[in-house]
Amino acid sequence: MSDNALYIDEMMDQYPAKPESLIVILQEIQNKYGFISGDAMRLASEHVHVPLTQAYAVATFYQSFRLDPVGEHEIKVCLGTACHLKGGQRLVEDLERRLHVESGGTTEDMRFTLNTVNCVGACALAPVVSVDNQYHPNATAKKMEKVLKSLTDPSLEEMEGTGNA
Amino acid sequence: MHDHALAEQSDALRLRSLDDLNRLRKQILDKRDPDQPEIVVCHGTGCLANGSADVSAAIRSALDASGIEAKVVPGIKTTGCQGFCSHGPLVVIRPRGIFYQKVKPKDAKEIIEKTIVQGDVVKRLLYKNPTDGEKILHEQDIPFYKRQTRVVLHNIGKIDPTDISDTIASGGYQALAKALTTMTPEQVVQEIETSGLRGRGGAGFPTGRKWRSALTAIEKKGRPVYVVVNGDEGDPGAFMDRTIMEGDPHAVLEGLILGAYALGANQGYLYVRAEYPLAIKHLTIAMEQARAYGLLGDNILNSGFSFDARINRGAGAFVCGESTALFTSIEGNPGNPRPKYVRSVEEGLWGRPTVLNNVETWANIPLIVNKGGDWYAKIGVPHSTGTKVFSLVGKVNNVGLVEVPMGVPLSTIVEDIGGGVPGGAPFKAVQTGGPSGGCIPYELKDTPVDFDSLTKAGSMMGSGAMIVMDNRDCVVDVGRYFLRFLEEESCGKCMPCRLGLSRMREILDNFSEGKGSEKDIEDLLSLSKAIQDSALCALGSSAPNPVLTTLKYFKDEYLAHVTRQKCPAGVCKNLITYSIDPELCTGCTSCAKQCPVGCIEGEKKKPHAIDTGLCIRCGICMDTCKFNAVNVI
Repeated sequence: MSDNALYIDEMMDQYPAKPESLIVILQEIQNKYGFISGDAMRLASEHVHVPLTQAYAVATFYQSFRLDPVGEHEIKVCLGTACHLKGGQRLVEDLERRLHVESGGTTEDMRFTLNTVNCVGACALAPVVSVDNQYHPNATAKKMEKVLKSLTDPSLEEMEGTGNA
Repeated sequence: MHDHALAEQSDALRLRSLDDLNRLRKQILDKRDPDQPEIVVCHGTGCLANGSADVSAAIRSALDASGIEAKVVPGIKTTGCQGFCSHGPLVVIRPRGIFYQKVKPKDAKEIIEKTIVQGDVVKRLLYKNPTDGEKILHEQDIPFYKRQTRVVLHNIGKIDPTDISDTIASGGYQALAKALTTMTPEQVVQEIETSGLRGRGGAGFPTGRKWRSALTAIEKKGRPVYVVVNGDEGDPGAFMDRTIMEGDPHAVLEGLILGAYALGANQGYLYVRAEYPLAIKHLTIAMEQARAYGLLGDNILNSGFSFDARINRGAGAFVCGESTALFTSIEGNPGNPRPKYVRSVEEGLWGRPTVLNNVETWANIPLIVNKGGDWYAKIGVPHSTGTKVFSLVGKVNNVGLVEVPMGVPLSTIVEDIGGGVPGGAPFKAVQTGGPSGGCIPYELKDTPVDFDSLTKAGSMMGSGAMIVMDNRDCVVDVGRYFLRFLEEESCGKCMPCRLGLSRMREILDNFSEGKGSEKDIEDLLSLSKAIQDSALCALGSSAPNPVLTTLKYFKDEYLAHVTRQKCPAGVCKNLITYSIDPELCTGCTSCAKQCPVGCIEGEKKKPHAIDTGLCIRCGICMDTCKFNAVNVI
């Protein structure tokens, strides 16, 4: 058994082998690997006794599940109402241009995945961008340029004013 | 640790009666010196994102380094969100109540040396009143807090949410102990009925009536029956539930246990959106502690009543805030709603009678049981009793969480507490109720904020998000935003919602491009009516509200897009042009450096200009310019 299958197997044992455990199991798999592979999906569906199609139906219904590998760094631009009013959409477009990738996609070199989220509930700091689960409040194109640079070259100083998401 | 040692330890903590609880409370309070300074650092998501974890770490080490005598060593507490998010990180020194804002780690040493050791104030960290420029020393004197009535939020910002002794010291679980020892389940239901509490999740259904019909359903169907917390809070722009779960998780839990006692439920669920990791963490800790103290689990406070609960993480679907969709999601399915000809109190989770209430509703229950339904009914206005927590965001000076009695005028919230729009102009509109609500224009600023008055104005309470807009916000764009959001979030099961919302959004897309005609406005109205009348669930039937209210109050702005190809607010990309004011431009070149298409040219230290032919209207120049030299028409 591969390491992955072993981890998934042990993790799943903590949850009842019932359909109601499917979502949490998929969440655990995604937390560990960043996405849900076909094999992982099969293991999960067998454990909770639902057809594989049903497992896919669940995984594709909820926005937070992803079926493709993610990049090394995950950038999420908040598009809650407050962020929208303060230019969130412009930030998405700017990041799309800088990274040469569409929202929802991963750069060819697998370094960055760009996503939008509906609201992280930090509306006072709008617009907010989260990079690898660190919030960047009052984000601007210029600030994000610096953040991208610091990720490309980690020797650069860490950005000011960030905190754990 | 061995199992028996663990069992012994948890046995030692276990409370067996109301007396036990009171004794423990007294012990905790006796140990405290009321004069001992307490440094409280806000650890709400907003402050954390602004670096408050670094601030509390710096304060801790400054305190250690100061070598203050053990007797006066102040405690540092990290609390949930204190609500004044736009001024974070917040630090309050109690008992004096000195309020510091926008604190940085480098301020820590000075705070310890000056305020804690010498009793002086660090003036530059005080809040400055924008109206008269006066610095304000105490938390309670700041207008943002002064005009509020903090009932549900009374603990938040004061207690450490990860320490149950703080909760117990402030009176937590008193209501539960009171109910279990002196009240019958029926009496609990009666108090809730007397209180007039209406569900804080949006629709405002009377909570007492919901519980009563659940009891009737249980009589018919028998048990099991479930109680569920709706912590999905999918409304973009709303974060009151997040704050309550993070800052006072025991209040939600106590409310849920009281509900379970009233209805005879032994199992509960907390459905919390996965985007709120801190809320999930704090609720998990709270549940573990409550179990150890015998306040959750088997034979609670030796009353013979047993109840336990667990957390389900949501997976990012707005529609799962809808009751029937939420239940199917807990069951492990795609969150498709079903028509509600049978109500959830009769057939909810696994087809059993289920009471689902929102986070804020549950957090109100202990207060009502403690102080009585009559006390609660006196707050607010008839038919909308109690207080409501709002998240005030957008173009407003004091962004944050606001709790006021129901029925206060909108202007009190936006202008008096929120401090109005930056720059001092009147607000253009306030969107209340999130994507399902509507826009209330400035002319209606005296509208009382309660369930029925908001509905009358074409909007709704919703979960309590208030998004303030100024004259730089375009109503067509806002309408498009909400429609696109709801279109993406629709489960797609029913046609009015799936196709109707897409068509409405297409029409607004055309408007934003200067296309379309007045006839399209009629189409929007008739589509709205059709969707309202025929959608399967509330996501669809309320979706047209933002468009309908903006059409009602801002029709001219829609017409400007259609007939004159103008976006008066300067938002819709295809209808605007950027230019640089040569008077204001200093030639700092920062816009030219940021421009992704290189359409800004000019000599250093001389006014620059935009080549409008090349410009892609991304707006970065305007965001970058520090001199307000970039204009948009």
